[in-house]
Amino acid sequence: MLRRTFIALGTSVAVAALGVTGAYAQEVLKIGASAPKTGPLAGGGAMTHWPNIKLWVDEVNAAGGLDIGGIKHTIEVVEYDDQTSAETAIQNIQRLATVDKVDFIVTPYSTGINVATAPIIAQYGFPHITTSAATDGVAEFAARWPNSFWMLGTATQLAEGAVASLVKLRDKGDIGNKVALVHVADAFGLELVGAAKPALEAANFEIVYEASFPLGTQDLAPVISAAKAAAPDAFVGFSYPGETFALTEQAQIQNLEVGAFYTGVGTAFPPFAARFGKAAEGVMGIGGIDIDNPKVADYIKRHTESAGTGPDFWASATTYAGLQILGQAIEAAGTKDRAAVIEAIKSGTFDTVIGEVKFVDNVNQNVWTVGQWRDGNFVAVAADGMSISAEPVKKNGWE
Amino acid sequence: MQIIVTGILLSGTYALIALGLTLQYGVARIMNLANGETLVAGCFIAFWLFASFAINPIFGLLIIAPLAFAFNWGIYKVALKPLVDRAKSRGQLEVDSILATFGLMFLLQGLMISGFGGEYFSYQFLSERFMIFGNAFGLNRVVAFIAAVIIAAILYYFLYRTRLGTAVRAVAVDPNSANLVAIDVAKVAAVTFALGGALTACGGALLSTFYTFNASMGVTFTMKALIIVIMGGVGDVRGAVVAALILGIAETLVATYIDPGLTLAATYTLFILILLVRPQGIFGRRTT
Repeated sequence: MLRRTFIALGTSVAVAALGVTGAYAQEVLKIGASAPKTGPLAGGGAMTHWPNIKLWVDEVNAAGGLDIGGIKHTIEVVEYDDQTSAETAIQNIQRLATVDKVDFIVTPYSTGINVATAPIIAQYGFPHITTSAATDGVAEFAARWPNSFWMLGTATQLAEGAVASLVKLRDKGDIGNKVALVHVADAFGLELVGAAKPALEAANFEIVYEASFPLGTQDLAPVISAAKAAAPDAFVGFSYPGETFALTEQAQIQNLEVGAFYTGVGTAFPPFAARFGKAAEGVMGIGGIDIDNPKVADYIKRHTESAGTGPDFWASATTYAGLQILGQAIEAAGTKDRAAVIEAIKSGTFDTVIGEVKFVDNVNQNVWTVGQWRDGNFVAVAADGMSISAEPVKKNGWE
Repeated sequence: MQIIVTGILLSGTYALIALGLTLQYGVARIMNLANGETLVAGCFIAFWLFASFAINPIFGLLIIAPLAFAFNWGIYKVALKPLVDRAKSRGQLEVDSILATFGLMFLLQGLMISGFGGEYFSYQFLSERFMIFGNAFGLNRVVAFIAAVIIAAILYYFLYRTRLGTAVRAVAVDPNSANLVAIDVAKVAAVTFALGGALTACGGALLSTFYTFNASMGVTFTMKALIIVIMGGVGDVRGAVVAALILGIAETLVATYIDPGLTLAATYTLFILILLVRPQGIFGRRTT
């Protein structure tokens, strides 16, 4: 018994000694991350959020770490699962701040959880660079929490991008005036449809079918058959991944003949193209990136090497860019002081994978809004303040 | 006509989700909250067989069913049998089994997340057009529906026409009396639980041909299965099939004529109505 205690003691001393020598060789910057690994948004988190954190941290550490005031700091990440619950996310942030005592945090994932955690993040004074929140509240939120930065654009930008693409197709004579409009019945769907409807009406489109469906519905045959009965020229669905796949499959099976087919989150995921193959060609959706940009192409390559799969063609690049901004701002400020880093983010211009980012009143104004599957890539066909890859084209059938 | 067919196809899906739980809850008296996770595990195994070995999910059932049977048998023997033995009343067993399977749910979910990650999975199998009365339906849904019919028919034959099936029903009605007529209640309960698990996993394999799934969506299936099982009458296979049919058609009608947003509301309204009129479920016996 005594001997066992000695061994245990000896081991802990050895571990402590190792820890001390480690600290001498290299300073450590602790970064906390809370996002879904389980729950309804786990799929989106696994696709868009977590692989980018790993990629960025690995790359920074491989390069020797962040240079803070002349001393190199390697990054250590503390990860928590928020179970897609805002309450758990808030507890995670508290734990990261008070128990783990992290220096900075990575943004949580999704619009809802970012908004829900913004007050507690503001209370601890962390810079909060959101990269997966698309809402019309960004200006208001940015004013309320001056430590928060909003990179993914607004619901209005996204909805107006979709409508602008339809207008382009109509001007070319590819589609007529009739639009079927469906959305998932939650904050995201309501906000986008709320922005899309006036935009469609202003552009003189006629909404021939409109419906909503509950989050998590995968049996959407009635929605597509009712939409088909209304004989639309274009189909627009503000949906989440599960429903995006289900809507597209039903449209394919029931042969919904439209010149433009647009779905929401999930359209930009590489598994979408893998799943639908040739039928995916010409499908439009939220997001898109400029694949002709060499930086983006290089990012896709590095992401694929790191995660084993490619990034999604929407918020992935933005998420990575958000981390780049955090790193560059910490180096620019030259200190771990959070207020100084927030100032650096506010005033700085950052060179990122999605181009040069400069916040105006804490909001990034330049976003890609609509992508379209073309030869296995989801290329940006509409954007606000950025260059696009291609003009939108007509969807030619499902075969 | 199209609405009716869509509804009937959907009810086949629901029957697949719920039949296994009917057996587990009705006979083995285990309220298996890990039902949805078992189903999703079936999805993953079917996906894995299809993606890695190009095994058709229908043939995959031949692998998945025995595997799930053995696995659920093991779970019953290791984790649930002690609860059955120490339970003084049926109520206590229900509470204990809910807690135990609640834990099992997290275990299975955790295993699937560590194995497959949290991403969405889906693959293309029989995603072709199949015409019924001039309307197009997914062939994979039609196949799943036919499989549901076959499974339900075999199950019905087993329960009402075979000796073991009669024993199973006897246990469902009254475990104590069943013991008196020389039925090995413990064995029958274990077999039924394992069979229920195998059915659920097979349901998952069939569903995976047209659902997009990830490791953490089991709970949605558990909810649906619970509603159907309780609506149909606990432990009655016919009840579960009828309840699935009612829900499938009602949801499709509501989605087409009223609003797809109200399908969930319609489900729960029906659920409440049926429980008000027949608290024991459509085919349930009133407990004495």
